[in-house]
Amino acid sequence: MTRPGEPSELIRRFTTAERWIHRATAALMGTALVTAAFLYLPALAELIGRRSLLVTVHEWAGITMPVPLLAGLASRAFRSDLVRLNRFGPHDRGWVRATLRRRRHPSGKFNAGQKLYAAVISGAALVMIGTGLIMWFPRLTPLFLRTGATFVHDWLALLVGALVGGHIWMASRDPEARAGLRTGVVPRSWAKRNHPLWEREQPGGHQAMAAAGPGDPSAGSDASPLG
Amino acid sequence: MTENADGEGRPVGRRVILGILGLGAVAVPVGARLQNVTDGLLATVSSKDPTGLTGLLPGGGGFRFYSVAESIPHRSPADYRLTVNGLVDRPATYTLEQLKGMPRTRLVRDVQCVTGWRVPQTPFAGVQLSHLLETAGVKAEAKAVHFTCFDGVYTESLTLEQARRPDMLVAYEMQDKPVTTPHGGPVRLYAAPMYFYKSAKWLSGITVTDRVIPGYWEPRGYDIDAWVGKSNGRVDDSTG
Repeated sequence: MTRPGEPSELIRRFTTAERWIHRATAALMGTALVTAAFLYLPALAELIGRRSLLVTVHEWAGITMPVPLLAGLASRAFRSDLVRLNRFGPHDRGWVRATLRRRRHPSGKFNAGQKLYAAVISGAALVMIGTGLIMWFPRLTPLFLRTGATFVHDWLALLVGALVGGHIWMASRDPEARAGLRTGVVPRSWAKRNHPLWEREQPGGHQAMAAAGPGDPSAGSDASPLG
Repeated sequence: MTENADGEGRPVGRRVILGILGLGAVAVPVGARLQNVTDGLLATVSSKDPTGLTGLLPGGGGFRFYSVAESIPHRSPADYRLTVNGLVDRPATYTLEQLKGMPRTRLVRDVQCVTGWRVPQTPFAGVQLSHLLETAGVKAEAKAVHFTCFDGVYTESLTLEQARRPDMLVAYEMQDKPVTTPHGGPVRLYAAPMYFYKSAKWLSGITVTDRVIPGYWEPRGYDIDAWVGKSNGRVDDSTG
């Protein structure tokens, strides 16, 4: 739908490879969280049973969670986005304070909150995998380490659940951002509002890109200058 | 303005990831001790929490749910049966009502799990195991008691001497309410002086034997004589 007076120019935000990395990681994370709930909460456990199957699914969803990301390192666009997520520039300073006070603060392709989320969830996932492996192979470690690993795994699971819940909640309030991950492109007007420093980098300006969308031949091309 | 607004700057993302990994590596070895602190705090908070939401936190409400069975078995109080057999003069099968008709014993002790968590002052009520053994008439050659469960998987054992202690119960009440299904209801074993894995959930059979048959966990690395503080390489205070 084109709203009157608003140019419908779309700019590329994510390549096909990046969107599939996100989908695969999300599916693994969702599987790990749902099986965790059915193993951990007695009321849910009573409902479904099948514990050894749930344990197996949970273990494999957890251990394979980094695979999409690692496979994605083959994509230049994805590597370049990882660099963007890693680096906090001068414009990121003050973002948290400004956002808490509901003021706009200029951001690049990812704002400081998204960068922090990416780092915290990645670190947490690695700790979950480490502690999970200690519980998966209990013979390799003494009892006090197993107890400690269970303790860390339990509490960190709550934090991961809250982080992912917050991530989904933020997405639920931003249809254009969701469309960006579904189709790979976002309206220039959205980018100007939310990621102005990135929007300025995107060539094109006022002339509309021809029918950018899933059929766009440049979709998924890592050589795209927009990655 | 540079070409790529995010291309430069400090690598904060990497530092955050390494920081979390470091925290995790420190938290695992001290986690067992941290758990004692959080368990204590949660026990205080959850005793004053009318919503029961703290029960969803790790260690909240005290107990953690464990089951080695595929599914949580369910048996209604009316369908429940407990058989006593093996080296006894008078094998018997009891209903829940019959068990409740026997002399009732209520114990309030700490529950100590071998994985570290402890729930202070938890009431259990039921029939003393020794009463059931006496009623059945244990034969002279008997040495031990073997327990089976209607989850079809779990088993446990006690020596006859251990089983005759007054703090070994066949419990139908926990925290002064009927034992719930996740906690092993309608009837579970409660071996007060031992680590909680001895307190078999969903108890359905008591068999008197001429030797100790190791229970579910014992070939998997836990001690058969599971005295709290004196087994499994742990130094917990006794539950009394």
